[in-house]
Amino acid sequence: MTPDLASFKASPDRDPVADDTAAADDTAAGNPAVGERDEWGGVVAAVTAALGQGFTVVPDRTAPRGTERRTWFDTYDWRLFRAGLLLEYVPGRRGGELRLTSATQASAAQAGATQASATNASAARAGAAAANRNSSASEVLVQPVTGWQSSRPHHACDIPPGIVAIRVGKVIAPRALLPVATVIQSTAVSRLLNADAKTVARLVVERPALSAGRQSGRQRSRLAPRFTIQPVRGYPGQARRAARLLEGTEGVTKAEGTLLEDALAALGAAPADYSGKVDAPVTATMPASQAVAVILLRLLDTLEANTNGVLRDIDTEFLHDFRVAVRRSRTALKLFGDALAETETGTGPGTRARTAPRRATPRDIEWAAAEFKWLGDLTTPTRDLDVHLLGFEDMTARLRAAKPDDLEPFRNYLAERRAREFRALARGLRSPRFGDLTRRWRDILTPIGAGGGRGSGASIRSGEISAAALAADRTRRAFVKVARRGGAITPDSPHESLHNLRKRCKELRYALEFFAPLHDPAAYGKVVGDLKKLQGCLGDFQDSVVQVDEIRLLATSMQAAGEAPAVTLLAMGEIASGLAATQASARADFERRFVAFAGTDGRRRMSALLRGGARSGGSRSGGAG
Amino acid sequence: MRIYATYNIKGGVGKTTAAVNLACLAAADGLRTVLWDLDPQGAASFMFRVKPRVKGGGKALIRGKRTLDEAIKGTDFGNLDLIPADFTYRNMDLLLDSNGSNGSNASKGRGASNGGGGSGSSPGGKPARRLGELLAPLAGEYDAVFLDCPPSISLVSENVLHAADVIVVPLIPTTLSVRTMEQLADFVDGFNGHRPDVVAFFSMVDRRKKLHREITQEIFPERVVAAATAVPALSVIERMSAERAPVTAFAPRSAASRAFRGLWAEVQDVG
Ligand SMILES: Nc1ncnc2c1ncn2[C@@H]1O[C@H](COP(=O)(O)OP(=O)(O)OP(=O)(O)O)[C@@H](O)[C@H]1O
Ligand SMILES: [Mg+2]
Repeated sequence: MTPDLASFKASPDRDPVADDTAAADDTAAGNPAVGERDEWGGVVAAVTAALGQGFTVVPDRTAPRGTERRTWFDTYDWRLFRAGLLLEYVPGRRGGELRLTSATQASAAQAGATQASATNASAARAGAAAANRNSSASEVLVQPVTGWQSSRPHHACDIPPGIVAIRVGKVIAPRALLPVATVIQSTAVSRLLNADAKTVARLVVERPALSAGRQSGRQRSRLAPRFTIQPVRGYPGQARRAARLLEGTEGVTKAEGTLLEDALAALGAAPADYSGKVDAPVTATMPASQAVAVILLRLLDTLEANTNGVLRDIDTEFLHDFRVAVRRSRTALKLFGDALAETETGTGPGTRARTAPRRATPRDIEWAAAEFKWLGDLTTPTRDLDVHLLGFEDMTARLRAAKPDDLEPFRNYLAERRAREFRALARGLRSPRFGDLTRRWRDILTPIGAGGGRGSGASIRSGEISAAALAADRTRRAFVKVARRGGAITPDSPHESLHNLRKRCKELRYALEFFAPLHDPAAYGKVVGDLKKLQGCLGDFQDSVVQVDEIRLLATSMQAAGEAPAVTLLAMGEIASGLAATQASARADFERRFVAFAGTDGRRRMSALLRGGARSGGSRSGGAG
Repeated sequence: MRIYATYNIKGGVGKTTAAVNLACLAAADGLRTVLWDLDPQGAASFMFRVKPRVKGGGKALIRGKRTLDEAIKGTDFGNLDLIPADFTYRNMDLLLDSNGSNGSNASKGRGASNGGGGSGSSPGGKPARRLGELLAPLAGEYDAVFLDCPPSISLVSENVLHAADVIVVPLIPTTLSVRTMEQLADFVDGFNGHRPDVVAFFSMVDRRKKLHREITQEIFPERVVAAATAVPALSVIERMSAERAPVTAFAPRSAASRAFRGLWAEVQDVG
């Protein structure tokens, strides 16, 4: 089949309300919002008139007509969209169907090629756009489902088994699918006839309207209609001609984005508008205080973005991202907090600032550090149990002597504990203390992040250092710590020394990430890559140590509660021995990973990276120490 | 892919009418269908409002300079495409003949007047199978192919009979029509290997004529399936050329459409 020649849509920048031709057109059957003012009716009439210059336009009675409701689903962090997939649920008379549209690799590659400087996100966007156009380069999987509830989150394991479930499950786990937007769309097809009254192309007009969410009192709002010319085989020239007429119609542009993007824009959102990354808009020449506030505000945004998902317990990753934002905030306060505080009393790097109108007090910083520690402690027990439960399948799969069923009482026990811990966590997040924390913290940071009140591109006041200088100085210090402590570790060192090194590595990693935009991407990529591997090794080591301890404790408490069958304890023992093996191999791997990151070459790479950063900041920081 | 051909050496018996309507019904059943209008007069192309023109003409197709695929036009009906007629098809016999594997020596003397008995077993059968070769690449794309033949015995019709899985023969009820069927049955029996099924039906039956009523009971050679459905002579069928559409499309409830649906059911069932 020939692909649709071109997709167009009414351009959103025209003034839609100016049209009054709408009313007459609106009475047509199948219009999603009859009775409401149709601000787009004029464009549809204009398109029909424009095509009338070259063809006789008649309704296609053989084409299916009517309205369709489409609800898109994705994870909170847009995993499907980023993978070039669009998932929608379309209810039908008897049950509905899940439709998964994926751009084929060919078209994804093409999308990448036509956008020379395409980032991953924009390549994914292009891929998804191709997918939404149902072009021949995309593949559509359809799975009938019954009883699907569009307003609910769905975990991978809740999707009824089928072709879409298989494809989607791997991509989303352990996240849940959430409804992203719902559109009600009517479709009308017209035939374009030549002088012999032969159909030589078709015009498909899709008229979408955003469905009002049940919770929001929002009015159903119409989205820009979409126009597609479908060629008839053997008449490519006629389809091109029709497309030209369409393109020349006032108020019509080529449709670049997907319908989902239009719907999201109407909701005041955009696809992939959430990511757990720091991505703070810092620049090298920004005052250090401003950069640190910008980073902390960004972390606060992430924290708040996840709070609701944590409380609704939608999936485990809300809590995970929440905790990462907490840890990063703590690290930022620890490494860079002094840059936020009044420098009259503080001991910031560089010379004293005399007139800094808005700064935090050292007491503010202390208070924030204590509050974020509280949040960390509040969320730790639930997360630890989540980790156990998430890894449960893998764990049972590794059993050799014991049977997977033997561990079932252990799983139940973990689940009960988790439910209890979660209740405590939820109480904490609903408490006034948490509300005060986020409110007051934002109040403190906002003026500093705005650059001392001077809106556009605050410049560095005399005595204050640049973001680049601060980043280079503190990152270097963090690296020196890692290098020194790691270098001191011998095969006989106690566990604690590795645990401690892991924490320092995390701090260093966050320091690098906060200021990522300041670094040379290639050099940054190599340094962070090696650090990641070292962190992976330290993580494996510590996690297995901690888990062995936890299993011992859990076994004891299960037995005390009379919930520990002998086979379960045996199976838990086997798990513990497996963990001990992981621990040993991680320990054996340590030396190699450490040398790769912080050996002679590693040090050279790190100082080159930091020199680059300091230079672009325009001022040199004092030596570390 | 199943290939159906409407065929009769006689003109004006309802070949095109049958091809157009059966193709339309096949497509409506969901079969991906293409109709090739082999008649240079272009009656079937006209019916679908498609210009009787093929780029490069019959020559480019037969010589393989262009593929059939490039000539295909979408009709106004879902699942139904058309390969239009072209004026140059009137030289199709010569083109087929000169396109033979080793020049024209093997098939010398076999022309429009001498396509009958015995040629099925003659050596150098290539020119008689060229149309089948041209159709083969469409197998992935279509479920049903209809070939609408011009009247007469020719190398073209011989090609069509070789390519077809089912030959549909419209007959006007006369005593002669039985003779026609016997000849066709013998001819097809002479093929080596692949032999098409033959279905005959009575076309333009006038119930008021005694001869028509009687002859419809005649017995055909064993080789031939006689369709129980007859297509009566009806004015609505004549209207097709004014409407420029199959009667099954513009008058689906008419007696004519009922008859073609009955015929399509039987034609599908043979073999
Ligand atoms: N059952 C019928 N009742 C009335 N008219 C008919 C019927 N079948 C065909 N006709 C008319 O008879 C004429 C010839 O029919 P058609 O073109 O189908 O025959 P044909 O065998 O394809 O002719 P040709 O040999 O010229 O290609 C047409 O005008 C057609 O409308
Ligand atoms: Mg004919």
